[in-house]
Amino acid sequence: MTVHKQIITNRVAFLEKKVPLYASALGLIGLLVLWEIICSTKIVSPLFLPAPSAIVVTGWDMLISGEITRNLGPSLYRIGLGYTIGSVVGILVGLILGFSKWADAIGTPVVYAIYPIPKIALLPLFVLWLGIGELSKVTIIALGVFFPVVINTFSGVKSVDQILIKAAVTFGSNHFNVIRKVILPGALPMIFAGLKLAAGTSLLLLVAAEMIAAQNGIGSMVLHYGNLMITTKLMVGVLVLSLLGLTFNRLLQWLENKLLPWR
Amino acid sequence: MKIVIENVGKTFTSAKKEQVTALEDINFSIDEKEFVVLVGPSGCGKSTLLNIVGGLLSPSSGSVYFEGMMDKEPNLAIVFQEIALFPWRTVYQNVIYGLEEKKVSKQELKEKADFYIDMVGLTEFKDAYPKQLSGGMKQRVGIGRALAVEPDLLLMDEPFSALDAQTRTLMQEELLTIWNRTQLSTLYVTHNIQEAVYLADRVIVLSRHPGQIKSIIDIDLPKMGRGEEQYRDKFERYADEIWQLIRNDAVEALKE
Ligand SMILES: Nc1ncnc2c1ncn2[C@@H]1O[C@H](COP(=O)(O)OP(=O)(O)OP(=O)(O)O)[C@@H](O)[C@H]1O
Ligand SMILES: [Mg+2]
Repeated sequence: MTVHKQIITNRVAFLEKKVPLYASALGLIGLLVLWEIICSTKIVSPLFLPAPSAIVVTGWDMLISGEITRNLGPSLYRIGLGYTIGSVVGILVGLILGFSKWADAIGTPVVYAIYPIPKIALLPLFVLWLGIGELSKVTIIALGVFFPVVINTFSGVKSVDQILIKAAVTFGSNHFNVIRKVILPGALPMIFAGLKLAAGTSLLLLVAAEMIAAQNGIGSMVLHYGNLMITTKLMVGVLVLSLLGLTFNRLLQWLENKLLPWR
Repeated sequence: MKIVIENVGKTFTSAKKEQVTALEDINFSIDEKEFVVLVGPSGCGKSTLLNIVGGLLSPSSGSVYFEGMMDKEPNLAIVFQEIALFPWRTVYQNVIYGLEEKKVSKQELKEKADFYIDMVGLTEFKDAYPKQLSGGMKQRVGIGRALAVEPDLLLMDEPFSALDAQTRTLMQEELLTIWNRTQLSTLYVTHNIQEAVYLADRVIVLSRHPGQIKSIIDIDLPKMGRGEEQYRDKFERYADEIWQLIRNDAVEALKE
């Protein structure tokens, strides 16, 4: 008589399934190929949807002629400065709001009162106050970044285990060191969530501000070619923005892995 | 030098706005190089008392002070029941935490850290993060971190209660060995009577509702080797004496 074996297999294997590296490129390439095919069949006019190949060729020309760099430079300056100011101030204010009960009581209602205002609605006001130059655009980006960062930092601080703060205090830490050595690293995972959220917001505000009030920059370039109905060049601008967003995200991811090796 | 706990009482306001007396009239002192163990049934106020002594909670009445310390801030260290290691710091960085705050020289810091990491047997895991360690190893880091500051008073709140029985027994032995080398004044909280008799110079038995000192028992056994056959009778007599004191309270605690 044969013994009937019923082997127990791991039923949660799907949780740890490994996916090959090329998989992440698969969706993107599929989309591009489909797009190219649609364009080559001439179902839609290239005026409405230029082919990816045409966009790349035009993009290369614009790169050579210096048009892209001429517009990318100011955009990078605005978003770089605005994002840095917004996130540094946001982290600082978030730490203070989270640490001090007084600051929390006074500051939090203010934060939540301003938070829901779509920041772009404030641009005309900033232009009035700060002029049409770089300052108003940088400010609006900084403001847009500030809120998600503050709110995430605040909840990050609140989520730090009380026992760790007690431990730090018993080992002789003063308030400043408690914030620097315990609360900040403890809140860092949440802060990064806020920084990633803010990256999207900053890009959005950059383009909107440049469309409304700028002579140069990727946003104004896109609007310019839109008005002239040169769709291919418009799409080059969109492509640059998409790459900018992607790089931004990757940079933050890299920084997070660097700063949070203990996770 | 000694640590005096004088007339300490603590009342909490419960969620229903009732006054709960957790501790009442607590008076005792811890001598230099003395190992004092607090035992008592669940909820009798052991953690509350330890937190008051450790400066993490204010007493409602009475006070805790160091006597005979010359112009020097008393230096405390706590080993927490929850372990409370900083997850973003490696074993080494956790152990030096207290030393960093004391502004000791780089050289001294490194020497002390290596010395105490070796004492708790974790030299190989110096650069590991807490999440890479087992429960027993984590608690050893917690002990190393506390020892490294060479405190005037070492406080331990059920440090081994999260460990399995075997690890626990080994850790008790190890703690005794370490304690013999360092001879720190220690206040140790447990609800395990065997552990109390095994470790203590003096056992303080607390009762419940309100938490009061029921009895203070001097353990007249040699510090090392209490587990040996020749002391078994005496060991058991101490354990039984304490159990008789706690028994009624423990039964009451179960009914709640
Ligand atoms: N923050 C608090 N607010 C209200 N009541 C509290 C608070 N902390 C403790 N208590 C009460 O004080 C009493 C003593 O609590 P404590 O934690 O000191 O007990 P314990 O002896 O350490 O118990 P265990 O052995 O279970 O850890 C309990 O009745 C508890 O409900
Ligand atoms: Mg307790």
